Amino acid sequence: MELDPLLLSRIQFAFVVSFHAIFPVFTIGLASYIATLEALFYKTDNPVYEQLSRFWTKVFAVVFGMGVVSGIVMAFQFGTNWSNFSYASANFLGPILSYEVVTAFFLEATFLGVLLFGRNKVPKGLHLFAACMVALGTFISSFWILSANSWMQTPAGVEVRDGLVYVTSWSEAIFNPSLWPRFFHMALASFLTAGFVVAGVSAWYLLRNRAPELNRKALGMTVMLLAVIAPAQLVVGDIHGLNTFEHQPAKVAAMEGVWETTEGAPLLLFALPSATNERNYLEIGIPKMASLILTHQLDGEVPGLKEWAPEDRPPVATVFWSFRIMVAIGLLMIGVALTALYLRLRGRLYDSPRLLRVFTWMIPLPFVAVIAGWFVTEVGRQPYLIYGTMRLADGLTPSLTGGMALFTLLGFILVYAVVFAAGLYYLVRLIQAGPEAPAHEPDDAHQGRPKRPLSAVDTSLDDEQNLQPAGR
Amino acid sequence: MELIDLTLIWIGIIGIGIFMYVLMDGFDLGVGILFPFARNDEHRDMMMNSVAPVWDGNETWLILGGAGLLAAFPLVYAVFLPALYIGVFLLLAGLIFRGIAFEFRFKAKTSRYLWNWSFFIGSLVASFAQGAVVGAYIQGFETEGFTYVGGPLDWLTPFTVMTGLALVCGYTLLGSTWLILKTEGDLQDWAYGVAGKALIAVLAFFVIISIWTPLTEARVMDRWLGNIQWLWIFPVATLGASAWLWRAIRYRKEGVPFIATMTLFITFYVGLLISMWPLAVPPDHTFWDASSAPETQLFLLIGVLFLIPVILGYTAWTYWVFRGKVRPDAGYH
Repeated sequence: MELDPLLLSRIQFAFVVSFHAIFPVFTIGLASYIATLEALFYKTDNPVYEQLSRFWTKVFAVVFGMGVVSGIVMAFQFGTNWSNFSYASANFLGPILSYEVVTAFFLEATFLGVLLFGRNKVPKGLHLFAACMVALGTFISSFWILSANSWMQTPAGVEVRDGLVYVTSWSEAIFNPSLWPRFFHMALASFLTAGFVVAGVSAWYLLRNRAPELNRKALGMTVMLLAVIAPAQLVVGDIHGLNTFEHQPAKVAAMEGVWETTEGAPLLLFALPSATNERNYLEIGIPKMASLILTHQLDGEVPGLKEWAPEDRPPVATVFWSFRIMVAIGLLMIGVALTALYLRLRGRLYDSPRLLRVFTWMIPLPFVAVIAGWFVTEVGRQPYLIYGTMRLADGLTPSLTGGMALFTLLGFILVYAVVFAAGLYYLVRLIQAGPEAPAHEPDDAHQGRPKRPLSAVDTSLDDEQNLQPAGR
Repeated sequence: MELIDLTLIWIGIIGIGIFMYVLMDGFDLGVGILFPFARNDEHRDMMMNSVAPVWDGNETWLILGGAGLLAAFPLVYAVFLPALYIGVFLLLAGLIFRGIAFEFRFKAKTSRYLWNWSFFIGSLVASFAQGAVVGAYIQGFETEGFTYVGGPLDWLTPFTVMTGLALVCGYTLLGSTWLILKTEGDLQDWAYGVAGKALIAVLAFFVIISIWTPLTEARVMDRWLGNIQWLWIFPVATLGASAWLWRAIRYRKEGVPFIATMTLFITFYVGLLISMWPLAVPPDHTFWDASSAPETQLFLLIGVLFLIPVILGYTAWTYWVFRGKVRPDAGYH
């Protein structure tokens, strides 16, 4: 059997980037939550906020560490597997990725140390400042990396000469047409992810009657936030969709499963798209809704996939179904958030075991939604690496063989399995120990030790006694 | 002719960045290589604690090096990484395993030995891979136009195996002299012993490489023999630094060996640059062939000129915070 280096490289990239993506999407939102807690503590002096901040900072440290480790691999994979792409786009992507290192990684690394180990070493105000800088660093980092990604989706500000990209306008290239919708869509996704994790973990404690005062505070705050941003995400997502419709209509055609250019296209709730037969099976849809959403007219025209040659179309079924998974989870989030808001306003939020249980089940869903969303946008860009400019096959490393690609693919799967099994084990232990566990403030052992994410946590890995939650 | 040669400035920036990485991650990789040979677990705790506060910061230079090469010399990035494909994977896997060992070793009890091995093997593999990269750079890459066309294991030759082992010894020397600086008592005695042996090994490799390279690479031979009237100063400087280091080890001047080792590394590095100049991707492409567009180099230069001093300031501050000897009780516990 002939091993296809292109396919294996795509699988490897999808695996590595999907694995990586779940960490930053959580830490970006969590950093802002921690900064908020620190600000509230600074203002009110209520120890509950400090206790919550300590607990979530420990979680943050572990997740951030895993994000860093998996991120290093990404930085080299562009060169190892996609060297033609790297070489062709280096004039733009090189400085953008370098700026991410020097503006964001630096800020995060420096102030994370102060945040983790400096509570008793620096004045309270400086500690709050450190929390804000870490949060800012995560946003700067996502700004640069989303600028790079958006440019690959909607290239601008460059010209191509002899197969190489040359920047003609830095501002047009960096602030390319899909940057802001993507940035805000992603920022809200991060808030939603962190919000639902915090809510779910707090609900889990409340169901076990652990530290009720503290966890009510956490859940109550988070519910207010979620009730605003879950619906807001629908609006921003819609704006992002319209932006895609303008710049990448083939992707939208795949998202909607539209084959023929149609006036008054239906919004499909279910369908089995078949790329070979160029049609859908078992369609169930709402008439004219897709046209209404995309063009704001009942009879607006939606270009169908047949407008593009088969080799220029993205894989329809993956995009179609990823999109539906993302939207379904988004709608579920809105439903849960608004129900929780309603119960909270009526003072019954904390006494509703059913809703608390729903919140605990919701924990994995934002991660699924984020990955599904990235599948929509990345698979929907196919067959291009740089939309309309460079195809996937042209970006591959010419010397790469199937055997080499298979070797590293299996290697990364193995390495990540070990690393993340250990990390996850530790995270679960941390959450089981809970925020009410006595705070081990950095003793001399941790004096001013910066940049030690995973060691911010003092629980011993093999220490059996902490395995059982206190309330049981 | 441009008024300012941006490419030359970028050779300076990347050159300093890579050297910063080699020195800084070098000593903490070296400590990892020495790990299983330590006399007891208490020594291992102290060894790890001596580098624990600074190693992440050290490794950030590697990421900056990767991104900086893509920005300033994309050809280097786009040839080295495909050519060294398997080696790069080993390097990354090594760095990941030793990185998590820092985090988990002190949290583990029954599984601690696993993290000891993870730290040692990760450090060893990463060091060897980096040395092999240097060897591969000397030996050159088979390119057609601007793409690599060689095989997946072309980089793995007796020569690169030797440069890999040489860098393992070099990092061991850096690590042992670092330990001389940062520890005292039994552990420091032991480190003095290791440093002496490591120095002998490093010098042996220096002699072998200095003979082997010109014999296989004609351009290196021409460079050195053609300019011997002033280039003789560099091997002499290497020997001078070695003698300085040897005396410092022998007379137990605890602050000096680490500085002398860094000086020795500078002479190696300069010697390498003299041999290779002006080639970025040997045998055909110079740094100027490999460079990105001037507007790209300028755009990044503006930011880097502001930000690198800040990063250097922060790094210096970290080392200042953790100055002094590591003691058995000051650690993760």
